[in-house]
Amino acid sequence: MSMPTLLQSEKGAKIALGLDLQGGLHMLLGVKTEEAIKSKVKSIASSIKFFAQSGDIIIDDFRLDEEVLTFTLLDKDEEKKIDEMLKTISGLEVTKETLHYTLSLNDKEKELIKAYALSQAVETIRNRLDQFGLSEPNVAKQGNDKILVELPGIKTAEDEQRARELIAKAAHLQLMAVDEKKRDRANTMSPIEASQYGDVILSDARGDNIRHILKEIPIIDGSMLTDAKVAFSDMHQPVINFTLNSEGAKIFGDFTANNVGNRLAIVLDNKVYSDPVIRERIGGGSGQISGGFSVKEAHDVAIALRSGALLAPVVLLEKRSIGPSLGADSIHASLTALISGFVLVSAFMLFYYRLAGVVANIALIVNLFLLIAIMALFGATLTLPGMAGIVLTIGMAVDANVIINERIRELLRQGMPMAQAIEHGYENAMSAILDSNITSIITALLLYVYGTGPIKGFAISTIIGISVSMLTAILGTHGIYQFFMPRIEKSKNLSLWFGMKRSH
Amino acid sequence: MEFFSQHKIYDFMKVSRFFIITTLSLAIFSIILFFAKGLEYGIDFSGGTIVQLKYEQKAPIDKIRDDLAKDKMFSGALITEFGSPEEVQIRFASTSGNVSEDVGDKVRLLLNETGKFDVRKVDIVGPKVGGELRQKGLMAAVLSMLGIMIYVAIRFEWTFAVASIITLIHDVAITTGALILFHVEMSLDVLAAILTLIGYSINDTIIIYDRIREELKSTKDMDLMHVINISVSKTLSRTILTVLTVFFVVLTLYVFGGEIIHGFSFTMLLGVIIGCYSSIFISAPFLKLLGFSVEEYKNRIALKEKNKIEKVKMRSQYEKGTV
Repeated sequence: MSMPTLLQSEKGAKIALGLDLQGGLHMLLGVKTEEAIKSKVKSIASSIKFFAQSGDIIIDDFRLDEEVLTFTLLDKDEEKKIDEMLKTISGLEVTKETLHYTLSLNDKEKELIKAYALSQAVETIRNRLDQFGLSEPNVAKQGNDKILVELPGIKTAEDEQRARELIAKAAHLQLMAVDEKKRDRANTMSPIEASQYGDVILSDARGDNIRHILKEIPIIDGSMLTDAKVAFSDMHQPVINFTLNSEGAKIFGDFTANNVGNRLAIVLDNKVYSDPVIRERIGGGSGQISGGFSVKEAHDVAIALRSGALLAPVVLLEKRSIGPSLGADSIHASLTALISGFVLVSAFMLFYYRLAGVVANIALIVNLFLLIAIMALFGATLTLPGMAGIVLTIGMAVDANVIINERIRELLRQGMPMAQAIEHGYENAMSAILDSNITSIITALLLYVYGTGPIKGFAISTIIGISVSMLTAILGTHGIYQFFMPRIEKSKNLSLWFGMKRSH
Repeated sequence: MEFFSQHKIYDFMKVSRFFIITTLSLAIFSIILFFAKGLEYGIDFSGGTIVQLKYEQKAPIDKIRDDLAKDKMFSGALITEFGSPEEVQIRFASTSGNVSEDVGDKVRLLLNETGKFDVRKVDIVGPKVGGELRQKGLMAAVLSMLGIMIYVAIRFEWTFAVASIITLIHDVAITTGALILFHVEMSLDVLAAILTLIGYSINDTIIIYDRIREELKSTKDMDLMHVINISVSKTLSRTILTVLTVFFVVLTLYVFGGEIIHGFSFTMLLGVIIGCYSSIFISAPFLKLLGFSVEEYKNRIALKEKNKIEKVKMRSQYEKGTV
């Protein structure tokens, strides 16, 4: 069963090589889940604002301060309407002083948002990498706020760069209104001053020196996006066409109808890509992002938009990238160690124990094949420390045979007949072998639980190796002796069978 | 082939006092060294960045150093040859948390003029992750010793368990001390080696304990010293042979396994020898130091047997309904 791995055939279960052996990229990303809470509050703000506008409810002094939202209601008659609307938002904590509202999210909701942001980030990154066309990307949650990304398919620095940018891209699309009254002050106003007017200053995608002053609360949020595709403009420049869902389309239609002549900014990841003047009501809920993308960039941005925005930004906590040439060197080095270790140990066993050594060596070979087969069946990954584990298994597996053979020799020296000595030798050796193997397995298990990445591979190969060795080195060799027992009894040649000096 | 005479009983107890004092003070010295000087933690545990390059010709280390100095990020970078004259390793403490920016690209740009090279490896470990890994490593080491102690206590006696743990601590301490002296960096691989040693060096101790237990059952000899001498002598060949086979494979790993796995194989190489020595000279004699008494042990066994027989008797009486 280990044949598919050894021959590298097309069919059958094979051992997958770890990133350290085949080259690739391993990253541990931290998710800033607290950012997700901020953006959730922001989107609540958007929907309250839209609700108020469509219901002709006048709200004043609408402020967003990190995670707290405040506003004042002007007309007391509208209080009931607003209160009912607020009730539909889950996890919202509302404090009211006469008509001044302060809104924030409760702790339970915050935890939910954090958990959702993490699982959403895992999903999103997985989607993006799948669409990028890499072979077998592995994206998994780790703990409360970490994501493990493993990309074995990466071979060149350029691919790696694109994959990393794709992962990190927030892909947060916002459509925001330009504050027409203060447009000419965009380059002079400070961010603090802008926030007093409920505005925000963002720079242009073409360069940081071009600035735009926009209403802080966006009209439309990326969550209303359903599709994004690369297309080409009249000037043959790559652009991205996006489509909104029905809710987004309605808000977009209403907004454009009411703001003809004003500007609308298309903002991606806090950079303004364009700010066209609205000429007429735009129905159908589709728009376009243009702004000097290269074809590859446009392709990657479209993937990122399609697979959804990251609710929370990610940071790099750990990165290990291994070039394919280093991986090949490591395979070569560890194989050399494996083969020479095997030759050395089996030669020693042969010289020291003669035929008993041959028996032990047969068990050792079977042990190695079984180890490879089991690892392939369980889909285990072979890492460089894993290879070290296999090499170590060679040394440890024959230990059992050494213990057994020494016991047998001891009994033979006392003058016991060979058949009997073999049986008793196995019996006497059993407890020591079991005890020593179990303690080895205890530490290997702990290494698996507390180890990371490649070290887990070491733990797996030693656990399987030691377990299999109990089968092959004890039961297997015992079987061989029993098979040859009639001959052993006849020959009485202690030197040939157990490598003992003739003087005994 | 035979290495050891099986009839000779070596007097290990006579020399054990000398060995115990020498190596326990060596172990204590290692522990002091550990706290005074500390291990050299690799980036796995301290956080930092490692970039490994391979040039097509001999690596111009001085030129690399000059060119890297142009960027503040590489200030204090340690640039060393790695395994062969063509390969260099650049190591520095700062890390970049930005996913889309890459140190590899930066190095490629800065070292553009130093010749043709290939960026073979970039490892970045953030300080937070480093701390976590250190904690996990310590946890695994403590738990595996505890696990072994409980197992030995169940299978043998508590004195055996305590003696075996002292032996293990002795092994780990001296190995760690040697790592400090030889300036071997503490990496994940080295930690794995130390944990493997904990599981492995107990093996020979167990072989000896197993023999002592067996000997205690059959012998009428009440002198522990004598029992230990017999047991250690009789198991001497297998203790050394089993270590020898593992030593062979670890040696091949050390010689052929490549630069990356050097830390692992070096630690194993040292540890296997120390573990073998301590099994013979420390683990068994320590039973004597802990006040293990053959007579009490025999009494305990006898009591256990008696209780067992009593129980069987009681049960059969119950079953027959005679009570």
